[in-house]
Amino acid sequence: MSLRSPLGRARGLGSAKDGTHHFWVQRVSAVALIPLALWFVFSVANLPGASYEQVHWWVGYPAVAVTLVLLIASALYHSMLGVQVVIEDYVGHEGMKITALLLSKFFHFAVAAASIFAVLKIALT
Amino acid sequence: MNTSKSPATNRPLSPFMIGPYYRPQLTSMLSITHRATGVGLSAGMLFLACWLVAIASGPEAYAKFAVHVTAWYGQLILLGFSWSLLYHLCNGIRHLFWDIGKGLDISTAYKSGYAVVVVSGLLTVAAWALAYLR
Repeated sequence: MSLRSPLGRARGLGSAKDGTHHFWVQRVSAVALIPLALWFVFSVANLPGASYEQVHWWVGYPAVAVTLVLLIASALYHSMLGVQVVIEDYVGHEGMKITALLLSKFFHFAVAAASIFAVLKIALT
Repeated sequence: MNTSKSPATNRPLSPFMIGPYYRPQLTSMLSITHRATGVGLSAGMLFLACWLVAIASGPEAYAKFAVHVTAWYGQLILLGFSWSLLYHLCNGIRHLFWDIGKGLDISTAYKSGYAVVVVSGLLTVAAWALAYLR
């Protein structure tokens, strides 16, 4: 039994052992996504009617490709953190919770890897 | 210590915000919508990945993908995706202000809530107007 008071524990890293890290990185990725998401929505809204070659050229244009990779990385990181909280809130059974958290992590990394690989392939070929 | 008699075991739980215990309110509805759009956007990232993989795979793969995107159901999904993104973005900015301790009083929370509904709607209309009227 620990002799530390609840306040003493909270001042350390808390029961999850990572302190405010999750809270903080969710906000950092949120701030990064404000300009990235606005840029993405209005850029894609500008694409209808473009041919395959034009879309390919646009995605592969260096500044666009780099911004897309930044968007994909921050969006999937932010999404992974958010989905984690939703699972922790609603999935009560411990085994189901851990399974869901693992599946979510694998899903986010797989989607990020496929998206970033696609952008690099478009930009570099 | 007898844990079965511990007060922690029968501590009352706060009821879920949707259900018979709370009256529906703008603030709680915007809150659950923030979560719902967030989860929807996570699934939407798969859609974005498919688009990029289709472009990377060549003109034939892209043409197959484009058939579905330009169909009515594809456009409906895109409308939902764009509104979800813009809503989550606007309401997310509202959350960031709360995080620094601003706008937490009831009257400001309602005003910012209505602002989120209006601005996210206007941005969605602007994006679709750009796409269709350009």
